[in-house]
Amino acid sequence: MKRVLPLVIIVALAFVPLLDRNASHISAYADTGGLVLLAFGLNIIVGYTGLLALGFAAFFAIGAYTYAFLASPQFGIHLNFWPMIGVSAAVAGLFGLVLGAPTLRLRGDYLAIVTLGFGEIVPQVLQNLDKWTGGPDGIAGIDQPRLFGFGFGFNPVPYYYLYLAIILVSLWLLNNLRHSRIGRSWMAIREDELAAAHMGINTTTAKLAAFSLGAAFAGVAGVLFAAKLSTVSPSGFDFNTSVMILAALVLGGMGNLPGVITGAVIIGLLNFLILPQATNWVQTLGQQMHIAVLASVDLNQYRFLVYGIILVTVMLFRPEGLIPSATRRAELHAEASSGAPAQADG
Amino acid sequence: MSAPILSLSGVEAYYGRIQALRGLSLDVGEGEIVALIGANGAGKTTTLRTISGLLAPARGSINLFGESIVGMRADQIVRKGIVQSPEGRRIFPRLTVLENLRLGAYARTDRAIAGDFDRVLSLFPRLGERLKQKGGTLSGGEQQMLAIGRALMAGPKVLLLDEPSLGLSPILVDTIFNVIADVNRSGVPILLIEQNARKALQVAARGYVLETGTIVKSGPAATLLADDDVRKAYLGED
Repeated sequence: MKRVLPLVIIVALAFVPLLDRNASHISAYADTGGLVLLAFGLNIIVGYTGLLALGFAAFFAIGAYTYAFLASPQFGIHLNFWPMIGVSAAVAGLFGLVLGAPTLRLRGDYLAIVTLGFGEIVPQVLQNLDKWTGGPDGIAGIDQPRLFGFGFGFNPVPYYYLYLAIILVSLWLLNNLRHSRIGRSWMAIREDELAAAHMGINTTTAKLAAFSLGAAFAGVAGVLFAAKLSTVSPSGFDFNTSVMILAALVLGGMGNLPGVITGAVIIGLLNFLILPQATNWVQTLGQQMHIAVLASVDLNQYRFLVYGIILVTVMLFRPEGLIPSATRRAELHAEASSGAPAQADG
Repeated sequence: MSAPILSLSGVEAYYGRIQALRGLSLDVGEGEIVALIGANGAGKTTTLRTISGLLAPARGSINLFGESIVGMRADQIVRKGIVQSPEGRRIFPRLTVLENLRLGAYARTDRAIAGDFDRVLSLFPRLGERLKQKGGTLSGGEQQMLAIGRALMAGPKVLLLDEPSLGLSPILVDTIFNVIADVNRSGVPILLIEQNARKALQVAARGYVLETGTIVKSGPAATLLADDDVRKAYLGED
């Protein structure tokens, strides 16, 4: 059962574009896939290593703009999409190191504040370096991928399959990583950093690796995002986006991949499909019944209200997330781990 | 005593401007238990932090088998064979006993890990019964055994124990000191830091008395146990 269920889900997902012919639906599913990738990245930093990083959307932006610079009329450079996935991942990973290195000594709220600052700086820089970045308008006309002579264009279906393929590869990678030496060192750091150092774990390298690898995932998500939309602008990478990614993690269950996917899918569908659809229905209803308030309503404006309600509800009734990891559950239900170590001065 | 395995000489260490160690010197020889006793704030834990590379000494030398380890990172020092079981046990409470022990061997790549695992389980049969249990669900004494077992999994050339009897009931304190003697008999030299000076000196071959960052007395443990000053200051006798 444990091995069959994922296979069934994967096959079912592969058939979705054949059953659902609505392009805007497929587009929403693809964007949800992007959120899953972002959540994978943040999960390495927050879920595995226990470093609370806000402003994660900055790495998403760096990935997207790296591709936009190197595959658009902006500078007249048109590098091929496929190797650019790796290049943008590497560039975002490098920025992960740049942010990780000075923040190594910080933890908890302090780390959150510094990473939040980084998340604010990146969109600001993109907005104000308009000579290169196109300022608030961003960069348009970004190249779209081609595969064996087939151009993806604006058709969401090939992007959907591309996201699906990359998510599957990432899952395989993350599953192995989780049980590798570096995965165990992240887990040890999350549990007790001092004890981890006593085990001979180089905590500096391990934390930098977490930042860098997490950022690389965001870089990949950035390339796909820029290619699918064929345009990037700073407003797509603001604090709201960072909050959305973190909300997906908290909702689904940090540190546990099925949970992370579940959270990202719920938040993604809510954001990209349900709220826009519901807005349409309400507006149509309003027009037909001649109720001006309903006809002009935009439910998308209330997405943070909806996130808020969902998150508060989850925190109240299931603080470990919908599908938590076993350790996380133990952490939040104290009776299971009562023997906390005694602290005294020596 | 043959050539020391671990040797500190004239070590000075600071927390900011505050000097915590003032020219501390001590040796740990082959196969012996050395007790380092002293009051709160005397610098016992600082000594261990300095040996483990968590605090850089301002002056002085720290040698393992005659080779300086000053300036090495904490993880490199563990790989060299100096392994600490930290104060307050610091086991990973939400990981299983087995995962805790495996993390102990994190820095190793040699083939003797399985053998050391068996050795730890034969020293601590209780851990073998509880491999699947979360570390945090163990009793205090079992957690201390796990902390020592985890340190042994690193294959130490010298084992540093920081307050192993801290927070344990008197019966468990006896158990833990028996365990320390067992570990030592299996060939591991131990630097033992304790507030329970009597127990520490009973199990140790030699002892050092630390006051305000410097060694004020040293000698065979039996001599220290009989020493008037030590009896008054650390053993609670008149």
